[in-house]
Amino acid sequence: MSQSLANQPALAGMTAAAGLRAAKLNRLRTSDAAFRGMTRGAALGVLLLLGGVIVSLVAGSAPAFRAFGPGFVTAEVWNPVTEQFGALAPITGTLATSLIAMLIAVPIGIMIAFFLTELCPMALRRPIGMAIELLAGVPSIIYGIWGLFVFAPFLQTYVQPYIIATFENIPIFSTIFAGPPYGIGVMTAGLILAIMVLPFVTAISRDVFDSVPPVMKEATYGLGCTTWEVFRSVILPHTRVGVIGGVMLGLGRALGETMAVTFVIGNAHRISGSILAPGTTISASIANEFTEAVGDIYTSSLIALGLILFVITFIVLAAARLMLAQLEKGKK
Amino acid sequence: MDVSVKSVPLSVDMPAQAGSTAKLEEKISIRNLEFFYGESRALKKIDLPLYAKKVTAFIGPSGCGKSTLLRVLNRMYDLYPGQRATGEVVLDGENLLAPGLDINLLRARVGMVFQKPTPFPMSIYENIAFGIRLYEDLPKAEIDNRVESALRRAALWEEVKDKLNAGGQALSGGQQQRLCIARTVAVRPEVILFDEPCSALDPISTAKIEELIDELKQDYTIVIVTHNMQQAARVSDFTTFMYLGEVVEFGPTATIFTAPTDKRTQDYITGRFG
Repeated sequence: MSQSLANQPALAGMTAAAGLRAAKLNRLRTSDAAFRGMTRGAALGVLLLLGGVIVSLVAGSAPAFRAFGPGFVTAEVWNPVTEQFGALAPITGTLATSLIAMLIAVPIGIMIAFFLTELCPMALRRPIGMAIELLAGVPSIIYGIWGLFVFAPFLQTYVQPYIIATFENIPIFSTIFAGPPYGIGVMTAGLILAIMVLPFVTAISRDVFDSVPPVMKEATYGLGCTTWEVFRSVILPHTRVGVIGGVMLGLGRALGETMAVTFVIGNAHRISGSILAPGTTISASIANEFTEAVGDIYTSSLIALGLILFVITFIVLAAARLMLAQLEKGKK
Repeated sequence: MDVSVKSVPLSVDMPAQAGSTAKLEEKISIRNLEFFYGESRALKKIDLPLYAKKVTAFIGPSGCGKSTLLRVLNRMYDLYPGQRATGEVVLDGENLLAPGLDINLLRARVGMVFQKPTPFPMSIYENIAFGIRLYEDLPKAEIDNRVESALRRAALWEEVKDKLNAGGQALSGGQQQRLCIARTVAVRPEVILFDEPCSALDPISTAKIEELIDELKQDYTIVIVTHNMQQAARVSDFTTFMYLGEVVEFGPTATIFTAPTDKRTQDYITGRFG
């Protein structure tokens, strides 16, 4: 009895301490729950945003699709006066300029990256690397101005006449490189895009080339391989997933790039067999015509163009994912 | 002396301790070799014979220059700016350090196996065929034969013959290392350099590789760098003890391990330092 009495104060002290601790823990629990809720909210917010964009694109483009049906995608006509619209010319232009850009930027970017990681003297490595990074930081409006006032006239005067003359009598090529040298046009836009995409391809390729273990390269050189053989047989297969990632990032930029392309593509809603002819891209059409779009159908058609660009980008991304998954499987 | 090329391979009598009077042929003669990483001298006046169809081990504490010396023998250091070697490394009468030398051809003659297995990102078959195709244009059937014999040589054939098209990276570590040996052998080198070939392997794989080295020396001149002194004692005919960039002692392995003449060698092999 006396013992239990003696124990009581200590017991009371303990329960008091436990109570304090529980209260503290409760407070922490509340703030922790709030924190978790916030992170979840941020993540869900992205979904909501994306959903909102899709919904407004679909809703906005509904009048155009109702009016023209699926033919909207395959029709070349674009006539604001008669309110007849079709997306084929901008789609073709978008794909053509991006294709030209990738054809040029991917090999050059990979070569630069390989030179920087494997062959470049130490003293040159930083300046070239920094130049590439700066190239990525140049605002696209500057590429646009430079493209229109410097690059396009240069092409018109010094390059395009010779290209036209050279391919004049070769079938197929005479069509691709036909026509008067405008300076501006699909090819010029593709070249500008190539310059803009180059830093992405280069920077990512350089990083993944750097990740190849030195002993791997030594083993290949140790077999007596030349630089080219080391590159083709070991470095590139070893890093192809990363390189494809860089290419896709570049492609994403090329597909969506607006400002520079709008400056130099000529903004003509027609499809020409010649890449020297003026054309248009989806983003260039939208940027150019939004202010003058009067009437629901015109506006809706532009929004529909936006939706199509969204779908194209999505397909490219999905294809890239699929390709990477395929490659990963092939490795195992 | 301005005559750098010897017309007759140097022959010396094998030291009595090795228990044989067979003639030894010097496959590689290292003379007055010095090596620099930038300004710092990593190898000092190395003079060393490497005998044909024998296994020579380089042992010594970390940083003593044994790997550096190995990498001079196939000029791997050429990949890195700022590294250079002076002196002579004569392979069959030809100075490997001469400026005009065809490095790709040299590396075909002097193959190398690395610390970590380095299978190329391609199939098992291609890993081996790749090296063969670099130097020879052969019909498919002939390449098939060469791949098989190389894999047999590396004691790997039985394990992989049913999955030649599987990726080389799917093999176990020990198998990968034997694949790398097969790949090296397939090119038909004269000298094979092993740079701590078992440091990343388990004891069973290590035993297999050591067995393999023992068989390979019938046809090839072998140089092995190892941190494992038991391994050096097991696989090598000659041992070189290096310390601080110098060759302290060179001789038949039995002599080095039982009756070293230099105090530093004795301290190292008895585990007093390193």
